[in-house]
Amino acid sequence: MRPVRFNINAKTANIADAIGAPPPGFAGEGFFTTKMSDVVGLARKNSLWPLPFATSCCGIEFMATMASHYDLSRFGAERVGFSPRQCDLLMVMGTISKKMGPVLRQVYLQMAEPRWVMAVGACASSGGIFDTYSVLQGIDQVIPVDVYVPGCPPRPEAIIDGFMRIQDLVGQESVRRRNGEQYKALLNSYGIE
Amino acid sequence: MAITNSYIQEKLTEKFGEQVTNFEETYDMLSFESPKELNLKVLQFLYDEPTLSFQFMTDLTAVHYPKQVGRELAVVYHLHNLVENVRLRFKVFTDVNTPDVFTASKLFEAANWMERETYDFFGINFVGHPNLKRVLNVDEMDYFPLRKEFPLEDQTRIDKDDEMFGRG
Repeated sequence: MRPVRFNINAKTANIADAIGAPPPGFAGEGFFTTKMSDVVGLARKNSLWPLPFATSCCGIEFMATMASHYDLSRFGAERVGFSPRQCDLLMVMGTISKKMGPVLRQVYLQMAEPRWVMAVGACASSGGIFDTYSVLQGIDQVIPVDVYVPGCPPRPEAIIDGFMRIQDLVGQESVRRRNGEQYKALLNSYGIE
Repeated sequence: MAITNSYIQEKLTEKFGEQVTNFEETYDMLSFESPKELNLKVLQFLYDEPTLSFQFMTDLTAVHYPKQVGRELAVVYHLHNLVENVRLRFKVFTDVNTPDVFTASKLFEAANWMERETYDFFGINFVGHPNLKRVLNVDEMDYFPLRKEFPLEDQTRIDKDDEMFGRG
């Protein structure tokens, strides 16, 4: 039997990363030098445009996340786009049926690089309670996923935490990653390009 | 005059004799069955007969009874007389190896979509249906998921730990 695996290398959030602290560099009178990738990462991670792909109850939690009480716009994600061409972050919230799978994949393909994907909730991550013939058993069967948010549905705090993990990834990503062999191999494993 | 279940039964027996059988009444609703070859004749009779006029199809579905050899699949028609507000159930049974039943879509437009659903989930071949293809499931699906021999759970999945689902 397959052993049960737990996340034994859980990362704790670093608040300095979240608030957009300046990257390490050399500061002087009126100037500041640092790596290009850090500057690009800083700019990208604080201006993500989410594309909500909400199909069920997790979408309702996302509405709460966007509203004034939890206010995702504090993290620079004020602008929710509904065109995949303009957006950076695909937030898949809810049950994705097998018939919806190609649609989701098409939306992902329409997004321009760099793009990130967040699977919110048990259904998007693994099929959840819908272990059945009609439901896709996790969206990672059709598109690569960067961050999984557990919960059924997750509370807005959990969605925000997942969003901050995305921000960490975005901020630390090398500007060359998307041209690399490893990334190409990842996409090829999903049959993309 | 409200039409009663016994009146419907009387009319049907008068017309079809021994071929309509298994009349039963559950919660004041009549249900009966006929051979599958007669399904259109019975539906047409119930539609045309002025004192019956069951001219509205509420539902059409199927049931799989794997233990009834030779009559595994039941196609169930729910009909409604809108004037008198009387409903009835009409069933035809068919062998699972030859699931051919005549389409009711010429008589009831509503049957078009519902027969496609029934084909999708039970694999009933509605003879004469104008567009009998899957409607709710993915086109690539190569089985009929609501037949009892197919397990409910997704069989492509290999990462589920039975112990965590209480069946280890």
